[in-house]
Amino acid sequence: MIPELGHFSLIIALFLAATLGVLSILGAQRNSRALMGVARPLAYGMFVFVALAFGVLAHAFLSNDFSVLYVAQHSNSQLPGQYRFAAIWGGHEGSLLLWALLLSVWAASVATFSRHLPEEMVARVLGVMGLIEAGFLLFMLITSNPFTRLLPAAADGADLNPLLQDPGLVIHPPMLYMGYVGFSVAYAFAISALLGGKLDATWARWSRPWTTVAWVFMTIGIALGSGWAYYELGWGGWWFWDPVENASFMPWLLGTALIHSLAVTEKRGAFKSWTVLLAIGAFSLSLLGTFLVRSGVLTSVHSFASDPRRGIFILGFLVAVVGASLLLFAWRAPKVGLGGKFDMLSRESLLLSNNVLLSVASASVLIGTLYPLFMDALGYGKLSVGAPYFQAVFVPLMVPMVFMMGLGPLARWKKMAAPDLASRVKWGFAGALIVALLLPLTMGKLLSLESHKWSPLIALGLLMSFWIIASLVISLKQRLSGEGDFVQKLRRQSLSYYGMQLAHLGVAVFIIGVTMVKGYETERDVRMNVGDTLAAGGYEFRFNGVSQVAGPNYVSGMGSVTVHKDGRLVTELHPEKRVYNVSGMPLTEASIQPGLFRDLYVSLGEPIPESDGAWAVRIYIKPFVDWIWAGCLMMALGGVLAISDRRYRIHQKAVARAGNGTIVGNLQGQTS
Amino acid sequence: MKPRQKRLVYIVIALAAVGLAVGLVLNALKDNVSLYFTPTQVYNKEAPIDRSFRIGGLVEKGSMKREGDGLTVHFVITDLKKSLPVVYKGILPDLFKEGKGVVAQGKMEADGVMHASEVLAKHDENYMPPEAADALKKAKSVQ
Repeated sequence: MIPELGHFSLIIALFLAATLGVLSILGAQRNSRALMGVARPLAYGMFVFVALAFGVLAHAFLSNDFSVLYVAQHSNSQLPGQYRFAAIWGGHEGSLLLWALLLSVWAASVATFSRHLPEEMVARVLGVMGLIEAGFLLFMLITSNPFTRLLPAAADGADLNPLLQDPGLVIHPPMLYMGYVGFSVAYAFAISALLGGKLDATWARWSRPWTTVAWVFMTIGIALGSGWAYYELGWGGWWFWDPVENASFMPWLLGTALIHSLAVTEKRGAFKSWTVLLAIGAFSLSLLGTFLVRSGVLTSVHSFASDPRRGIFILGFLVAVVGASLLLFAWRAPKVGLGGKFDMLSRESLLLSNNVLLSVASASVLIGTLYPLFMDALGYGKLSVGAPYFQAVFVPLMVPMVFMMGLGPLARWKKMAAPDLASRVKWGFAGALIVALLLPLTMGKLLSLESHKWSPLIALGLLMSFWIIASLVISLKQRLSGEGDFVQKLRRQSLSYYGMQLAHLGVAVFIIGVTMVKGYETERDVRMNVGDTLAAGGYEFRFNGVSQVAGPNYVSGMGSVTVHKDGRLVTELHPEKRVYNVSGMPLTEASIQPGLFRDLYVSLGEPIPESDGAWAVRIYIKPFVDWIWAGCLMMALGGVLAISDRRYRIHQKAVARAGNGTIVGNLQGQTS
Repeated sequence: MKPRQKRLVYIVIALAAVGLAVGLVLNALKDNVSLYFTPTQVYNKEAPIDRSFRIGGLVEKGSMKREGDGLTVHFVITDLKKSLPVVYKGILPDLFKEGKGVVAQGKMEADGVMHASEVLAKHDENYMPPEAADALKKAKSVQ
């Protein structure tokens, strides 16, 4: 009976969402207060019923109700509790429900934190979100109902894919989805600006924090996914240019362009049409990502099912959303206008160039991802586009982008004389260049690495990150120079300034991580007998054999590897080879000792037959690898700082003081 | 500069950037696409000799042999009509098993053996890489 309640809630939510979409947009166009007034209650109602459905599914998972087909397919009574909960989004139907839930969370947040917005704007934004939600709920009810019954009920479930039984999976999809779905808010704002024909600095100020929050979630989500791949897939890579990773990376790139473009629209009133186009693009790519991942057209860990109806529905939905938005854009954009003018060299022009580079990068990822699909569909046979393609395209695009990223914050708005800018940065650039050229010569000794090579790519990577750091120092010096109390000046800088600099510093840290791992990592695949030692990168790894250990729902062959450096014990690592009881699937669990300057990474290959307990063992030393994720985290934190800026809150306080009655919290907390 | 000239400069810069990007993409695609072949196609000499390609099929039962170093593995990929010997040095993925689907990427050497640089077996017991499934289907339809 309870699962039917969930099914029924979804139907009610669909009805509410469709009503919300139609009535409030209609109300805004006709300027009818009564119709616009229903937007908020309907958005809350939609949230309540989707949440109810989600709660019902959670209950089915936690109470092992194997009469629900989806639960029987993705769970098992042996599965530990936290993974039974995470199994809700371990498959196609449930992850769609999560999508729908998060979209309704965003809609409810917009309804709550938009008291200071004009009524017709709120109505349009919520209306657009309602239409999107209706599309997704319809999709679920027609092709992928998570509450479908299995009669007679299964005695036990088929278990969750062991790869997904990991703390990373508990948080990675919700974070990433928050980002994907969050771009729907930016999109809804853009569409409502087109519908209303009014797009100004105030519009940008409203839309900005929402976009940044979505971008922060997406950044964290992608970083978590990458970290998960690093420790869970067992071969030590952190990015594979897998189509599914690309599916999240494309909207991230456009989203990054969007938050910068929005900044210009807010501060200078420029880039208006471009901003709208980016908002449409970012959300379209989010939908495309959902299509690619969920339709099964791609083959990877993430594609759970391949029901052609599903693919066709999402593709149709995608075409409808993108087509309608672009038509609307073509029709209304001239009304929105291009916005303010600026000179050839100015902060605007630098930001615009980087926007273009980010968009081109996104497009090149799109081409590489879709190319095999097109070739296959056109009958040219199957082929695959590998990581070298993406690297070959990406690096040349990112080099000028990083260079301009350093210049941007130093340039003046509207007009900047080239000699003036050059004289500001010349010492910083020269310094970064010299250090970047010389440092790799001594790096090997400095970090007692195995390889001592100097390579142009390492120098280039270091140059890029040092250049960002140098420009940051120059910018700070400029802002803090002159008369007056230093600390007071430090405090007078806005939070959004610090946010920007922190995020940019994150890029520098990220580049250092990538450069160092690519340039100096040590990878050894070796056969090790019990008691064998291997010297690598100044460390000595000793293999002590593998013993059987029972886990909650698996049996593990747990290895023991002790690591010594200069005769002192550094750590003991326990890589595992698990076999899961229910599915019988083997899984390699790497063991890592993380460090600021290097990770020690050991994973088990396979036992060597006809030997005395020997195994194939993978031993990696990954210098600076954690800087990759630290950099991502800094970018995300920068975003959080930026939205904590006073100018977004002042507005709300003023409204709260004006006696609107509602206490408005600060924007950070709104999505938790 | 007059506004019109300025606009012209912008357009030229934009076109140059787009041209550069297109050039980069095409060049990268040319060098980094690996075509996929079935064992039958390889037998019919349709696969390239000097460049890397992908092959899909099943790991033939009883074909897997390991050299003394414990890392070099010999096996045979088959589409049940024709088969191709493969040699790979390294650690095989968790789900590499005789009788199961597999995709290998590598180059044909003069000895008629494919020297694989990468072996993929996907992370699901019942999952068959589409390339492998495709190879079996094609080989069957020729019968």
